[in-house]
Amino acid sequence: MKITSVNEVNDPKNVDYKRALVDLLYQLADDDFLISYRGSEWLGLVPHIEEDVAYSSIVQNTMGHSAVYYQLLEELGEGKADDLAHARTESVRKNAILLEEVNGTGHWLYQEPMYDWAFTVVRNYFYEVMKKHKIESLKTSSYEPLAQVAVKVQSETIYHLMHWRTWFYQLVSAEGEARDRMKAAIEKAWKDVGGLLSLGQNRQAMANFGLIDSEDVLKERFVAVIKDAVAHLNLDYPGELGMERGDGRNGNHTPDLKEAIDTLAEVYNLNPAVPW
Amino acid sequence: MKVSHSLEEKVRRQLETVCDPEIDTITIVDLGMLGNISIRENKVTVDLLPTFLGCPALGIIKENVIKAVKEISEVEEVEVNYINNPPWTSASITEKGREALKQFGIAPPPTQANSDGSWHVDCPYCGSAYNTLENIFGPSACRSLLYCKECKNPFEAMKPISTL
Repeated sequence: MKITSVNEVNDPKNVDYKRALVDLLYQLADDDFLISYRGSEWLGLVPHIEEDVAYSSIVQNTMGHSAVYYQLLEELGEGKADDLAHARTESVRKNAILLEEVNGTGHWLYQEPMYDWAFTVVRNYFYEVMKKHKIESLKTSSYEPLAQVAVKVQSETIYHLMHWRTWFYQLVSAEGEARDRMKAAIEKAWKDVGGLLSLGQNRQAMANFGLIDSEDVLKERFVAVIKDAVAHLNLDYPGELGMERGDGRNGNHTPDLKEAIDTLAEVYNLNPAVPW
Repeated sequence: MKVSHSLEEKVRRQLETVCDPEIDTITIVDLGMLGNISIRENKVTVDLLPTFLGCPALGIIKENVIKAVKEISEVEEVEVNYINNPPWTSASITEKGREALKQFGIAPPPTQANSDGSWHVDCPYCGSAYNTLENIFGPSACRSLLYCKECKNPFEAMKPISTL
């Protein structure tokens, strides 16, 4: 089954297909959006200037990916892309909890930011590994417009994964504080990594309709890469994929998400009618 | 002798006046961004291929295309759409475009990667391949930062993008 147009999706006989597709698009959009926002908070604070160039470029690309998914949702009648990004409350956001978490204590503007670079590297590495496999799968999605976007996104994200993989391997391979902090960050991120890999309550429908590979298959591919990495780096595999704070796909979130949305939508909320 | 050009030809010629907002030696046509042009009576629709999805120049380019096409007297309405299929890759840049990039001091993207996936570019100033990649990411999504060990100049290169 291939669906090539919005009209087909909106055909009443495809109501279940549409529900699964819309859910998936929100997950993809919100994930890219939140990790980009957390990345943007690092501007000017990363370890060195070349990293500032690199990380902001990655963030800009990733924000672009979320914008395209919001655009696909707009085409399906979900509302304006700008509003979907800015105006939705926490309870309807579908991003993984791991991605909404603050970068560390403090704040880039109000208090001294004591952001955790190790956690940032781990979170981004896990994210890009997960994204790589999702995007590869989406290239054969039954929803043709999404498959086309996936081809485009993949051509950009190859470099993102390469970047975070380099940081991940080098910091873990270093002796002393770097390795210790990376181990602690892996342990922390692993407690929520299950939420990153979840496809939410429509997981079965997504797979049945050929929108994306099943959650189990995607999980397996993710785990294989991480197992390979930890073996190479002489680390213990962290074990069971944790989901301690719940599943963001189902609307479970932490106060960090509200703080993020309030900040990123502050200008938008002054006058939502202003075009961006 | 045929004196009047078809409207499509006129549109095409106007599009060849629209340059990249940051690299003013290269047109969007030579960058390989032009997709279909369709004309219905006096309405022109131009499909463009985005280079990078998050490129902030996309909005500016869209406005500039609308402006350029509207200069044609018989055109009443212009619509510009960004499309994802076919995807833009760095192989979409024309030969003329590659020269235009060099003129600006930007090395064109490598046309072919080596069998092991590595690639190299020549310094746009001295032509030497004796250079190092300082940062795969650069001042914009499409560019990387390099340093030429031969002529000792830092330079930028278009990042290779493919769909393989």
